[in-house]
Amino acid sequence: MLAFIIRRFFQAIGVLFAVGIIAFSMFRFAGDPVNQIVSIDTPAAQREEVRRSLGLNDPVPIQFTRYLASAAHGNFGVSYQFRQPVSDLLAERMPATLELAFCATVFAVVFGILMGVYSGLKRDSVLTKLFQTLSLIGISLPTFLIGILLIYLFAVTLGWLPSYGRGDTIQIGWWSTGFFTSSGLLALIMPSITLGLFQMTLIMRIVRAEMLEVLRTDYIKFARARGLTTRSIHFGHALKNTLIPVITIVGLQLGSVIAFSIITETVFQWPGMGLLFVQAVQNVDIPIMAAYLMLVALIFVLINLAVDILYTIVDPRLRSTIRQATT
Amino acid sequence: MTIRAKILAAATAAFLMGTAFPATAVTLRYANQGDLKSLDPYTLNETTTNAHLGHVYEGLTKRGRDLSVEPGLAEKWEVSSDGLTWRFFLRKGVKFHNGNPFTADDVVFSANRVRAEGSNFQTRVPSDAEFVKVDDYTVDVKLKRPNPILNYQWDTWYIMDKEWSEANNAAAPTPAAATSPSYSSLNANGTGPFKIESHQPGVKTVFKKNPDWWGKAEHNLDEIVFTPIKSDATRVAALLSGEVDVIEPVPLQDIQRVNSSPNAQVLTGPELRTIFLGFDQTRDELLYSNVKGKNPFKDAKVREAFFKAIDIETIKSRVMRGMSTPSALMIAPELFTYAKDFQRPKYDPDAAKKLLAEAGYPNGLEVGMDCPNDRYVNDEAICQAVVGMLARAGVKVNLLAQPKAQYFGKVLKSGNYQTSFYLLGWTPGTFDSHNVLFDIEGCRDNPNSSRGESNLGNYCNKKHDELSDKILVENDKAKRDQMIKEAFQITTSEYGYIPLHQQSLAWGISKKVKLSQRADNSVLLYWAHKE
Repeated sequence: MLAFIIRRFFQAIGVLFAVGIIAFSMFRFAGDPVNQIVSIDTPAAQREEVRRSLGLNDPVPIQFTRYLASAAHGNFGVSYQFRQPVSDLLAERMPATLELAFCATVFAVVFGILMGVYSGLKRDSVLTKLFQTLSLIGISLPTFLIGILLIYLFAVTLGWLPSYGRGDTIQIGWWSTGFFTSSGLLALIMPSITLGLFQMTLIMRIVRAEMLEVLRTDYIKFARARGLTTRSIHFGHALKNTLIPVITIVGLQLGSVIAFSIITETVFQWPGMGLLFVQAVQNVDIPIMAAYLMLVALIFVLINLAVDILYTIVDPRLRSTIRQATT
Repeated sequence: MTIRAKILAAATAAFLMGTAFPATAVTLRYANQGDLKSLDPYTLNETTTNAHLGHVYEGLTKRGRDLSVEPGLAEKWEVSSDGLTWRFFLRKGVKFHNGNPFTADDVVFSANRVRAEGSNFQTRVPSDAEFVKVDDYTVDVKLKRPNPILNYQWDTWYIMDKEWSEANNAAAPTPAAATSPSYSSLNANGTGPFKIESHQPGVKTVFKKNPDWWGKAEHNLDEIVFTPIKSDATRVAALLSGEVDVIEPVPLQDIQRVNSSPNAQVLTGPELRTIFLGFDQTRDELLYSNVKGKNPFKDAKVREAFFKAIDIETIKSRVMRGMSTPSALMIAPELFTYAKDFQRPKYDPDAAKKLLAEAGYPNGLEVGMDCPNDRYVNDEAICQAVVGMLARAGVKVNLLAQPKAQYFGKVLKSGNYQTSFYLLGWTPGTFDSHNVLFDIEGCRDNPNSSRGESNLGNYCNKKHDELSDKILVENDKAKRDQMIKEAFQITTSEYGYIPLHQQSLAWGISKKVKLSQRADNSVLLYWAHKE
């Protein structure tokens, strides 16, 4: 197991390195950062000075090496827009994104499994048809449209929920949380639904399909024959065996939820890392773009690792595979 | 009453008294599409940032609701008869937010800081001007040559506290290439009517009323909460749902909807910025054209043909939904006395065709056009309209519309002016014509001068430049205006540029709020009243 994790660690370094190279070779096409740093009537000599002091005149490989060297020391540079260390900015914005991703995932898992199990057991009920229509909408409408529709319904027309931002937050150490204020909780509702809707439909469909599959298997028939209660058959035996694909999906999608919360955060002006990244792209803020991309790559690697480990806990058969792979 | 009940009653009373103030405190919530990126007033010269910081910091002069120059931290000033010495008499009894008194030392310090390396406001103060402290409340500015518009931009040259800046290691401006966080970009200490209570860049900034401000408050606010909201739809939704009181800007397509809502309306008016089209008139062969071996835009007839082919009224009604003011000049009429003497040539597609034929292009020509798509109001749509109109005159335009980051990287000097035909907008920072004559219309031929650096196509006329040199040092306003008029006549008669229009300001405000709109698009909430 340890060897497996160590090997994954070296793979992670390779992934990060590759992401860094791709990112840096793309930045040239993002535009000229100097124009975003100074006003349009700034004399050319001053622009040149800014360009030189940022090291933008150096060839890309040199810029990349310099970046890697300072990143290895934990220094991810200073944002061009905010004149603050990128690591501080990301740390300040991370709680917002993680809380949102957490709520969206909880929403997706809870409702996805409930709806999936229900529609798997009662295939012909009206509610099942409604769930399936809803899931079709959730899977086919783009995120920003869902967000804007929710805003117009619940914020503008009904006035129940706030249309933007995080509400009031409470500072616990360096972590700012919206979980302990009523405005913070209210502000979480719409963004979480918007972000989690796609995952929810995915989970619902998988759980439904798996349930249908599992209910046909012999051991369920056998359990029925043994006279076990329906509840224990459905939830103790059937549901448990549908969970492997659900864990895969939730795990892999958690990475996407964090990485692609960009759109939801922009629509709701949610002050997380995704919004920071969008602003960085518009302003060609290379230090933030680079650090964000690396961070997202790292999150994906870590989540994949966690999913692999979780598999072995849920399905003992896989333990031997990993052991074999490591020897 | 038991003792316990008494204590409870007292506590309740104390609690009610404690909450009495917040209940009546007036908070105005304001959302803009742009951020307040740095609190250092010398880092980024941009209207929105300057307006934000204008609540906290003040200059020696101020600009009023009609943009006229008014006394600010300087009560009055005198100019010597040779125009070389300006004496500023400073306001007494003014205190910075930390309690430090405002004196001549702070002015001299700020004059050096604003001109230091890393400042984006170096042009606010001439580099060879010498600031001399006469006494604590008098400063002389000694110039090498007369400058009638010396203090025109001093309303946004904010005065900083020498003692505070030096104590916090912020004596130098926060440079663009800062390698360590600078104190002054996260903290502010001005003399203005509001203090910064908290500042989270890109998230939220809270301004609190400064009870010790020297002036008489023209607002009734206790607190301003600023949030950047990037997405247009969300910003409008926040206004309509009453969560914010003021937004800037309202997208053109939402103006109708905001106005028809029960609790908000849109304030509109012409903005000072002029949107215009320019031509590459310097290369011997255009970078993007089917005409080889010569540059068609060197011929004034071709430029005139382009001008006459553009139907500005259709752009106004279709593209801008009526929210623009067609312009005959490269400067807003509010900023130049004789602007009304200039008329746009009439839209005349037949004449345009004829002119093109006379210039040797009876079958038209083909040219590439550069256009930003996220910088000005409906910028890309304007360019598309221009493409269609020129097509009717026989000109095939290949449009390249890009986000501003890429667009400016290509067409500005840093991108080696790679454009043949482009759309740009310009507001003279000084609110004075000389800025336009120098930056936009001046010849680019002297590499040691910054003249014409924003003249992307290098329109050039020596007589025009001689006039602009004279205008710079002329102290007599009547004579000066006459010369400005002559200079503009030269450019318009040669069709050096195609001025299109002034776009419209569109601020969304709650019906509970009363606010003055200033034509430079500065949202100044120290003039706001909220019910």
